[in-house]
Amino acid sequence: MAVTVSLPAVLARHAGGVRNHFVGGGTLAEALASITRDYPDLGRRLTEATNPDNAFVAIYVNDEDSRFLGGLTTPIRDGDEISVVSAIAGG
Amino acid sequence: MTAVTLEAATQPVPLRCAHCGVTQEPQPQAICPECLGPLEPVYDPARPLPSRAEIATRALSIWRYREWLPFTGQPVHSLDTGFTPLVDAPRLAALLGVARVWIKNDTVAHPTLSFKDRVVATAINAAVGLGCETLACASTGNLAISVAAQAARAGIPAWVLIPEDLEPTKVLAAAVHGAKVVRVRGTYDDVNRLCAQLADRFAWGIVNVNLRPYYGEGSKTVAFEIAEQLGWRLPTAVVAPMAGGSLLSKIHKGFGEALAAGLVAGPTPRLYGAQASGCAPIVRAHEAGVSTITPVVPKTIARSLAIGAPADGPKALAAIRESGGSAASVTDPELIQGVRTLASETGIFAETAGGVTTAVAIALAGRGAFSADDDVVLCITAHGLKTPDAVSIRDFDIPTVSSKLAEVASLVRAA
Repeated sequence: MAVTVSLPAVLARHAGGVRNHFVGGGTLAEALASITRDYPDLGRRLTEATNPDNAFVAIYVNDEDSRFLGGLTTPIRDGDEISVVSAIAGG
Repeated sequence: MTAVTLEAATQPVPLRCAHCGVTQEPQPQAICPECLGPLEPVYDPARPLPSRAEIATRALSIWRYREWLPFTGQPVHSLDTGFTPLVDAPRLAALLGVARVWIKNDTVAHPTLSFKDRVVATAINAAVGLGCETLACASTGNLAISVAAQAARAGIPAWVLIPEDLEPTKVLAAAVHGAKVVRVRGTYDDVNRLCAQLADRFAWGIVNVNLRPYYGEGSKTVAFEIAEQLGWRLPTAVVAPMAGGSLLSKIHKGFGEALAAGLVAGPTPRLYGAQASGCAPIVRAHEAGVSTITPVVPKTIARSLAIGAPADGPKALAAIRESGGSAASVTDPELIQGVRTLASETGIFAETAGGVTTAVAIALAGRGAFSADDDVVLCITAHGLKTPDAVSIRDFDIPTVSSKLAEVASLVRAA
């Protein structure tokens, strides 16, 4: 069973138009890197958009905000679902 | 009011990314397709702006400031929202040790007794102008009620998503309007994340997600109204509650625009942000002198302020610092006392967020934040009957008597 990474439409444009990517486990950083290796434009945008001083996106692991779990070092296991979601929402 | 013609109906203005500057056609979209930064409305700098005298001829609603709202043409829905009272509060001024205190009383906002009526009024016009056939929101309660009511009046279907343990009064007040109310297991931040994902899936107008650039601008009208109601003068300080941080940052923007238009003169008011200590990520960042907002898991009875990951936290922090203001938080017992103090000193019954604002103003005064010549406005954002359980009836001496004169006379003598 793979790990699923779901991207919002605006980021999927920079990842071959694909919203759901299937990757291996490890850490959250490693799971994301296995996509951004193929799509450097996506990687650049993700790095900028997760700047803690002005985060434009939040990354969730199984619907839990990764900032409460261990950030990019959060362990990722087979079957986990990673979602990249706009943080420009609410209030 | 001028009759609305089809040709002149609302058109939302274009959008520009606040981070990278890329512009976009008007659309239900809050995030930049290039850098994922926040999109903001673009106003034509050459548009004619009204004078004080011209504004004075217009109906008493947020639309009297329509040149600063993100539309061209005439609005078609919620034309009667806004222009809530600015109430003089001399006993509260004495308590704070300042010259004047004014309550910007959005507890009587039309139609649903909270400041959210302002932002929904702009969002619903954006939704219609952009062809969204369903209105939706992620809400801590007040927004849900306002979306449900204003959508009902406009004849637009509405879906509102709320945390499952929201105050029953707020759930009822949303459901009664016929909206589809969905309770989500989790915190408001979980609801918010879910709505961000829904915006990516359905062609809905989610007012505080993909309509956010148009929605947030409605809060600027608080600043314009305060200035006009003071006789086109600015107060020296404003205390506002912070949940996502949008209200405070938009008040700052509104004062800046009123100054730029020459409607008022003088220094920008110092802005003070108020949070409950059980959910105070913006206050914590301010106190630490940092720009990073560290999310928290909310734990407070001030549910309308319980946003642990505030999207506009950085903007609110910047507004507080630029204006020379500050931020503070109060505990749940302190905010309950704040509700009671506001009610007993001003005759205004606010929900828990109003208790936070009042208690924070008192705490700030205790720290010397205000001077004797300050002219302070407290933004009280929603009515107390929405959170009746915050103030326990057991805390009051409410005797029961038989219908005999002697029994009441006895109470009067003992009082």
